[in-house]
Amino acid sequence: MSHVLSLNIALLACFWVVIAAILSPFLQSKNNIQRALLCFLLGLSGLSACIAGFAGLMDDGGTILLPIGLPWLPMHLRLDALGAFFLLVIGSLLLPVAIYSQGYLKHEKRLTPVAIFLPLFVLGMIGVVLSDDAFTFMLFWELMSVSSYFLVTHEHQHPENRKAGFIYLLMAHMAGLLIMGSFATLYAASGSFEFSVMRDAEIPPFWASVAFLLAGFGFGTKAGVVPMHGWLPDAHPVAPSNVSALMSGIMLKVAIFGFIRVTWDLMGSGDFQWWWGALVLAAGSSSAVFGVLMALQQHDLKRLLAYHSIENIGIILIGLGLAMLLAHFDHPTLAALGLIAALYHTINHALFKGLLFMGAGAILHSTGSRNMEVMGGLIHRMPWTSALFLVACISISALPPFNGFVSEWLTFQTALMAPQLGGTLLNALVPFAAAMLALAGALAATCFVKVFGVVFLGHARSDIAAHAKEIDHWMKWGMVMPALCCLLLGLLPTVFIPMIDAVPKLLLHASLMGSLDGQALNTPNWLWLMPIDVTHASYSSPIVLLGMLLLGGLAFWCLHPKGTTIRRSKMWSCGNPHTHARMQYTASSFSQPLRRIFEAFYQPDEHVHAERQQHTLLTRRVKYVVHVGDRVVKYLYQPIGRMTLHLAKIIRHEHQRGIHAYLTYTFATVILLLMIFV
Amino acid sequence: MSASFTQLLIDDMAALTLLISFALLAQHRMLSVLHWFAAQGLLLAATAAVVAYSSGEHELYISAMMTFLLKGLLMPWMLWRVIRKLHVHREVEPLMNSGATIIIAVAVTLFSFHVMQPIELTSDLMTRNSMAIAMACVLLSMLMMITRKKAITQVIGFLAVENSLFFAAIGATNGMPLVVEIGIAFDVLIAALIFGLFFFQIRNTFDSMEVDAMNASLIHKDDHE
Repeated sequence: MSHVLSLNIALLACFWVVIAAILSPFLQSKNNIQRALLCFLLGLSGLSACIAGFAGLMDDGGTILLPIGLPWLPMHLRLDALGAFFLLVIGSLLLPVAIYSQGYLKHEKRLTPVAIFLPLFVLGMIGVVLSDDAFTFMLFWELMSVSSYFLVTHEHQHPENRKAGFIYLLMAHMAGLLIMGSFATLYAASGSFEFSVMRDAEIPPFWASVAFLLAGFGFGTKAGVVPMHGWLPDAHPVAPSNVSALMSGIMLKVAIFGFIRVTWDLMGSGDFQWWWGALVLAAGSSSAVFGVLMALQQHDLKRLLAYHSIENIGIILIGLGLAMLLAHFDHPTLAALGLIAALYHTINHALFKGLLFMGAGAILHSTGSRNMEVMGGLIHRMPWTSALFLVACISISALPPFNGFVSEWLTFQTALMAPQLGGTLLNALVPFAAAMLALAGALAATCFVKVFGVVFLGHARSDIAAHAKEIDHWMKWGMVMPALCCLLLGLLPTVFIPMIDAVPKLLLHASLMGSLDGQALNTPNWLWLMPIDVTHASYSSPIVLLGMLLLGGLAFWCLHPKGTTIRRSKMWSCGNPHTHARMQYTASSFSQPLRRIFEAFYQPDEHVHAERQQHTLLTRRVKYVVHVGDRVVKYLYQPIGRMTLHLAKIIRHEHQRGIHAYLTYTFATVILLLMIFV
Repeated sequence: MSASFTQLLIDDMAALTLLISFALLAQHRMLSVLHWFAAQGLLLAATAAVVAYSSGEHELYISAMMTFLLKGLLMPWMLWRVIRKLHVHREVEPLMNSGATIIIAVAVTLFSFHVMQPIELTSDLMTRNSMAIAMACVLLSMLMMITRKKAITQVIGFLAVENSLFFAAIGATNGMPLVVEIGIAFDVLIAALIFGLFFFQIRNTFDSMEVDAMNASLIHKDDHE
């Protein structure tokens, strides 16, 4: 009885957004009602998705057949543990974003396109998670891609937005094509579009590899895995911030979902070949380090966050890759740990990246700029935003007691506990991935010290920063919810992990709870998180928090004993009588040491221009300009683009050659055919 | 007439057809191209008559008659009228010099003999030797369309392709069924009529009969818009 209910609640989530998309065009003249209705229905949908997700994780959601779609192929929908988990991810971010949008979209002039495509976008994502046949999957997948294109190009008056949208659409279609190829391969092996038939079908190893590669590259493009990430740093900054939050927080996760669905579920974890896991691990490690290194050199706040999405997708893939390797070498419990680490990071990233993008949106809303170099001192003007942003910064930097630490710690535990796997390459790859994960974590922390320091601390660098206003209550409460979730997921992983455990049970037939020779070693224990058993590592977030509070209180008490007053005065400026906002560290100067260390990677384009008065020793002003371009874009995308244009030019020239050229083609074709066939 | 003599006669006529195809390629003056085209039509009619006589297929006489009237007289006369009215009878204006064209033509002829030899062995018709030649004629006529600038030469080339195909049909199967034959003949006639009309229209629109000039004019027009 309950499983029918949970799938129905999921369908209800779809129903609300469909209603929103249908009603919105009729309310074009009444901006306020349109916005309120949109946000209300999106929020309802998010709430329904959350409930359905929880219910689906507790108990299998069952299947349903909807008589829409192709005549011979009704729509198969199913809510299993994997789908339910991602439904929960969608719902947990959609609800706060809906509340946030009520405030964020207040001054939006052209609301109707958002009011139509945002619900469709959400419908696409929920549909992908629920679908149980390849046709339905692709249908919702394309709905998600295309409607998000319209959201990316919402401010299409700027040419760079149109360009970003075009690249996004192009790569989304390429990804769609590859995914379709993967399904076609599975269809050829099973003879049916239904996932339930594909699951049972036997695939020859070669074709399984083909399907894996197609799915990997297809979903990897959508998830923004290096080197297929080209669209991501362009598309995320230009979309409205509430949409960026959904795109980065959920859409990339839906791509991860698709990857898990096709490789783990449809092909089966028994079919893994050893190099699949190695490939995913390598892709994850390179994405993690590349993403964070590029993020360090950005001045555009949202672009920086976009590069961090690449990093975090990399971390998720490291967990997945480890799990795939361990599943292949028959260590189901450890594989389950890796999978749980990846899934836990998935929901964590959805929450804190959504929060970060909402924070960036709040800053954009009150300053009108995404450029970090013009901000500073916003903590005085926007205390709520800065406090909430700080929570997200700590979470993404993987520091306890917030949630980012838990998932990265679990990923580390998987890598550290992995036994010797066959072959030198694999033995080297696993520790290497762990090292890359550590490097990425440290660099991410550096990067968010830079973001928080430059944007919120210090003095205002410009008038727009000096006159920033605090956000309204809708936006504030929209951001408080994911911040609380970040804290909860960080404090009580022992409550959430048993729920997620249903996913490895489904995919691997192994689980973390009650594992290891049938002995229930790690019985649910709300205080201590023990991935494998007591003798190995364990972590207790509440105790860590308690310790931190105690130490912090002690330090405060020592520094400010009772009775002393705090003296406030101007900052010491080395004896210089005047301080100026331009004397502060800027985003570029903060990241300069790392630019020097990783010079070989960045190859920065630096120009120092000194303006002198009469004498060479008298310098009036020095101008320093630095630009760090994306080298993958430069050495992979641009050559492909140039080659395509060149080819198109040649073909265009051939098209205009006139009748003699066409006659020559005919003649040559006749001769050629005669040569071949006679 | 004995069978061997008719076979010899047909082979000789086929050789003559090939020679005429080369002659069409080598001409420099528009009127002489037309004359050789008419000669090809007449030769074709004669070949059809000889084959009809030797094979005893009486329907072929009708084809021969039609070929004589249409391809030997009517179409050359129509084209002659067009050339005279448009004053394009002077130079043929090749795109490629005629020496190179002839060398390519020889290569193409050798190629078609090479291609057709194995097929000829399977046939027991007395006209079988002419199949390679017919094929060569088709390719040579196409070559003529490619290497000439004027639109009229291209039309003549097109009609020559049709002539060669007719010749191939006689050679391979003693002629196509009469109904098909008549249909094609009328198609070609109407094509020639339409070509004739078009020439005048094109002349009025573009002030030139050169294909490149028409292209340039069209492209220029696009740019202008």
